[in-house]
Amino acid sequence: MLLALRKRADIANPLLFFVTVLALLPLGVGPEPDLLAKMAPGMIWVMALLATMLSQESLFRGDFEDGTLEQLALLPQPLYFAVLAKSLVHWIATGLPLALLSPLLALMLNLPTEGYFCLFVSLFLGTASLSLIGAIGAALTVALRRPGLLLALIVMPLYVPVLIFGTGAVQAAIDGYAYSAQLAILAALLAAAAALAPLAAAGAIRISLDN
Amino acid sequence: MAWQWFHRLGSPRWFYQKTSGWLPWLALVSIVLLAAGTVWGLGFAPEDAKQGNSYRIIFIHVPAAFLALAGYYIMAISGAIGLIWKMKLSFAVMRAAAPIGAVLTFISLFTGAVWGKPTWGTYWVWDARITSMLILLFLYIGVMALSQAVSREQVADKASALLALVGTVNIPIIYKSVDWWFTLHQPATIRLTESSSIDPSMFYPLLIMIIGFYCLYAWTLLTHTRTLLLRREIRTQWAQQELAGEN
Amino acid sequence: MSVTNKSPAVLQVRDLACERDGRRLFEGLDFTLGAGAAIQVKGGNGAGKTTLLRTLIGSTSDYSGEILWRGQVFPQGLRAMREALLYIGHRGGVRGGLTPLENLTWYGATKTSALEALERVDLFGFEDSLCNSLSAGQNRRVALARMFLPQAPCLWILDEPLTALDVAGVAALEKQMTTHLGGGGSLLLTSHQPLNIMGLNFVDLSDCLVEESFSDTGGEHVFN
Repeated sequence: MLLALRKRADIANPLLFFVTVLALLPLGVGPEPDLLAKMAPGMIWVMALLATMLSQESLFRGDFEDGTLEQLALLPQPLYFAVLAKSLVHWIATGLPLALLSPLLALMLNLPTEGYFCLFVSLFLGTASLSLIGAIGAALTVALRRPGLLLALIVMPLYVPVLIFGTGAVQAAIDGYAYSAQLAILAALLAAAAALAPLAAAGAIRISLDN
Repeated sequence: MAWQWFHRLGSPRWFYQKTSGWLPWLALVSIVLLAAGTVWGLGFAPEDAKQGNSYRIIFIHVPAAFLALAGYYIMAISGAIGLIWKMKLSFAVMRAAAPIGAVLTFISLFTGAVWGKPTWGTYWVWDARITSMLILLFLYIGVMALSQAVSREQVADKASALLALVGTVNIPIIYKSVDWWFTLHQPATIRLTESSSIDPSMFYPLLIMIIGFYCLYAWTLLTHTRTLLLRREIRTQWAQQELAGEN
Repeated sequence: MSVTNKSPAVLQVRDLACERDGRRLFEGLDFTLGAGAAIQVKGGNGAGKTTLLRTLIGSTSDYSGEILWRGQVFPQGLRAMREALLYIGHRGGVRGGLTPLENLTWYGATKTSALEALERVDLFGFEDSLCNSLSAGQNRRVALARMFLPQAPCLWILDEPLTALDVAGVAALEKQMTTHLGGGGSLLLTSHQPLNIMGLNFVDLSDCLVEESFSDTGGEHVFN
């Protein structure tokens, strides 16, 4: 499974998307450092969310089309771990690079330095949740021919808590407050997502395969 | 043996024939209650000291908001029953509940906005409750869109039931997080929370309206479910008979 | 209708009925698949052959009737059945981004046995090219190479295994199937082509059609 993902060239695409859109932002709202700094946490987080979601469409697609998803579902082992592994790979390919890249983008958007560490940690934890939650949407829409917008519609409301606590943590860090509570909640969300989301996604895969 | 009644409950035919007797009564009760509540609420309930007459929109707003949330749970629970016991009927209920709930959510958002203009001076505020309702609307739309997009009826049923269930797990989390987010961002600019000590002269018509809305909801849900059932079971004998009998 | 074998029952179907989108495909289907026995499922396009196979492997739960794996009713028997199952569907389960060798090792084969199996399906020399660059017939062969791995599972369920295969490929496959049956394995497959396998039994779904349903498949076409 790792092998299959390793060979794909489109791993770089979400990352490039993330950087490009963030580079467009100053062109849209103007280069005032204060304004950018104010918007930076939110914008970085929203872009991370979009980048994760856009790349999620193909999470199970290839496996569905060539029949390997069907073979996975036929294994006596539960599908839970396969989904968990898939989500993990997806996160390593998108969320992790985004988190690693975030200080650079924060620099470009003039984010106060107090927020750097928190931004990194919140993205690190948050994007993992996003990958897991998005897997449910990807599994539900895998049998559809053009799932793009539908996937967004399904997954976006579920992303809301992660977004709120992610930006909340960064904002608190910039304002000089303690932000460990928000990060703890993000970690809790991640734990809940890791436990429940693959379960739902595995069920969704079985439903989608029955087509 | 004990399961027999349960399975009969799941039989579309049994449901269809049983509920046809209830419909007129439900319709009658909801019309009476809604008419009484409207007349009482609009005509006889006293004017609000601060908000004047504009507060009267709560007679629609509050019941709609109540049912929008309750409707989601009705949808999710019937979806879960369908997934577990493979009951055709409960899937039909779930599919019928989605658009009704979405409309109610929209009504409560819309009336909230109309009420907000004279009261707060703006149509839209990113308040915790309004935001949660908006997300609820998106959840409804997601379930509806998914069930429309999947071409096979049975797959669509199961997929949207699963999504509804996932949404159910998320609703409390979303609500809590939005609540927290709101208190962080807008420290008490507007007090939205209606005073809990609502005057009985306003409370009773509101209660009547809420019950009336529940009846109306039940009536709409039943009618919608019955139509869906007929359409799905069109090939079976009982559906043909029902259709012949109605014409 | 019933196909019976003297050998002990491996897979049993009793009064099975399947529907799809509210349309009954077939009903009253009964057959028993014994050890060392083979069944070819027949029926026109849209008769429900694939649906039957997918029901038997437990991918679809919309059926009425009973399916038994070694005497154990589904869904209890499903898990044990899957441990003994080799299923190759319309979609072969071959990853385009991997080489044939990697594909087989993904299914748990060792490198030597995978190479051997690939040689048996006449793919020697292609084991390191990406499956994307191979032809449809060659990809089919990669999928079918799983039948040539040692310690193959005892129940084979194959959906149209012969599509896109050439004459030599079909012959090799028939030979391997005969070996499998000789070793006490069981085989259930769909095909529009006649197969040269000793003691092959037939289940014809058009015998189990629902009476009032009218066929909207537009006649039977056999593509060779």
